[in-house]
Amino acid sequence: MLTIKNLQANVEGKPILKGLDLEIKPGEVHAIMGPNGSGKSTLGHVLAGRPGYEITGGSIFFKGENLIEMETEQRARNGLFLAFQYPVEIPGVSNMEFLKASVDALQEHKGEQPMDSVSFLRQAREMYKQVDLDPGFLKRGVNEGFSGGEKKRNELIQMLMLQPALAILDETDSGLDIDALQVVAEAVNSLRSCERSIVMITHYQRLLDYIKPDFVHVLSDGKIVRSGDKSLALELEEKGYGWISEVE
Amino acid sequence: MFDYIGHTLQNPLPVTSGWLESLHQKARLGALGRKVSDESATESWKYSSLCALEENNYATTAKPDPEPDLLDKTLSQTIGIDKSNAHNLVFVNGLFSAELSDVEPPPGVEFVRFSHAEGQHLTSINASLGTMADKHQSIFRVLNELHLKDGMYIRVNKNVELDKPIQIVWLTTRQAQSYTVSSRVLIELEPGSKAQIFETFTSDDAQQNSFTNNVTELLLREGAYLQHFRVHQEQEDALHIGAVHADLYENATLKSFHLALGGALKRVDVAVNLLGEGADSEQFGAYLLCNDQHMDYHTSTEHFVPNCTSNEVFRGVVGGRSKAVFNGRIHIHPGAQKTLARLSNKNLLTSDTAEVDTKPELEIYADDVQCAHGATVAQLDELAIHYLQTRGISRAKAKALLSYGFVAMLLEQVPEPVFAEHITAIINHYFQRHYSEEGCDE
Repeated sequence: MLTIKNLQANVEGKPILKGLDLEIKPGEVHAIMGPNGSGKSTLGHVLAGRPGYEITGGSIFFKGENLIEMETEQRARNGLFLAFQYPVEIPGVSNMEFLKASVDALQEHKGEQPMDSVSFLRQAREMYKQVDLDPGFLKRGVNEGFSGGEKKRNELIQMLMLQPALAILDETDSGLDIDALQVVAEAVNSLRSCERSIVMITHYQRLLDYIKPDFVHVLSDGKIVRSGDKSLALELEEKGYGWISEVE
Repeated sequence: MFDYIGHTLQNPLPVTSGWLESLHQKARLGALGRKVSDESATESWKYSSLCALEENNYATTAKPDPEPDLLDKTLSQTIGIDKSNAHNLVFVNGLFSAELSDVEPPPGVEFVRFSHAEGQHLTSINASLGTMADKHQSIFRVLNELHLKDGMYIRVNKNVELDKPIQIVWLTTRQAQSYTVSSRVLIELEPGSKAQIFETFTSDDAQQNSFTNNVTELLLREGAYLQHFRVHQEQEDALHIGAVHADLYENATLKSFHLALGGALKRVDVAVNLLGEGADSEQFGAYLLCNDQHMDYHTSTEHFVPNCTSNEVFRGVVGGRSKAVFNGRIHIHPGAQKTLARLSNKNLLTSDTAEVDTKPELEIYADDVQCAHGATVAQLDELAIHYLQTRGISRAKAKALLSYGFVAMLLEQVPEPVFAEHITAIINHYFQRHYSEEGCDE
């Protein structure tokens, strides 16, 4: 699904990723943990193609194709999805218009007819209910005036509508209470399949109680310094990130 | 350089009915000795060039178009709101087309052509025509009269509430190429009456190069209520210098919506005079420009008496090498206490080569009033574009969505679904076409 080799990237001229390797196979769920400033979010942005994030070395292959050469929208159409840590507010454009444009773009890419408005609306309403948001939000501007938790849920609705092959969740759990966390976990778990991969970028172990990862990686100073199974997350929780640098 | 006014004076219109002839006479006196270049030098034209008017000879008044079949086809396809939802008045090259219009007015309404006016109608026209426009002394109002072959007086009788909107289509055709199209409508709402007027300006040929000078006068008597839409869809090469003048008497309400796609030179002067206590004016407007287009809205809201309210919001999306000018003035006259007046103009520049000149003006001569005004110019948010792209939406479509979003808040203010849908469609179509053109605004 995704093969990253020796990835190096700069943000505003400053090296952040310094030789990152990661291999994700279809059906796997990976968690990436690490202290602040270790490059977790940068990895998400680089994969999504955010302007200002410059790749200076290494390679990224997504479903066998060179991801670096693809435009951002091309990556999305090929099945890559990033749930933003800080979703962007777009006043004046309703969630409905936004979702429809997005779904239409992916359908078109697959060579399929755009979804008719009635089926689209029915499906969108179900997704809103699934993440416990009022379907009335469909008429509101994208993320406009939404609370932190509402924004995170709105990201998940987009994910559920687009059914990506690879979903990257950038701290989707941060700022959520326990109830909301369960809603998020249920939405993510509903997507799990042998053809789909999920990457969770998170600070805390608690999300992993609800979404069980196959692999846990620890990112430190732009590199993956340790990989293991779920027990690694528990060990981290107990000993703190300081432990990693000591071991190194 | 071409002397537009001089040539107009040398080529007087043939004599028509008696009173129109005296209107021409009066206009001739008003135009004598004046030059377009004198107008160019004034503050009012500081940011809009009148060169286009001095480069070509537009000085002859346009003729009617003899091909109504073609017109009917054009009309049914693209122009205005659905004809079956309205009482339709169609003007071709400034002249009323009985073939394309619903000649029979709805109950309680009168449609009177200037050239046919007599008796009490003529008295009403003479009492009101130009009284609003003349306060501003613009040479273009004088020229409108000088070129005017005919016009229309629409009266909604006392306490009449219209069931359907009156749609006015101002169409210029190929026949008007290099001519002046002069048109005029005077709309009087008698006390307690209620109406919707939907004006559309359009041309049937992309290459069309004519000069339209239209004046729409709105007279709202005590307690009258009018929703007024004015949509400028003329094509690229069109010149338009027009005006809307409104007089509002006691407790009258005017809710207006302006929409303009750009042209070679377009300018609309909107003057709203609040003359009776309790009058309320609400104006929304949007302008969408690309290529080398030019659009200029000059608005002025005159609070003459106490206890009136006005709210004005204009938004523009300005791309390519185009230029938008907005001048919004609130004038609170001595004694107009307890006035509540607001004005806002926001612009989105979508290219590095586009220009916006915006100027809100406040002139206040009363001490117990509440006024607010503001103007901004911003760019498209790159992060928002990226966010949309991460959802598979192309960069062009992302820009179209964001630009649409910028003006969409105005659409929420359009109360009638029929109007809102129509205006939304125009705006959507514009952005889709605009951003799909290769390399546009990059």
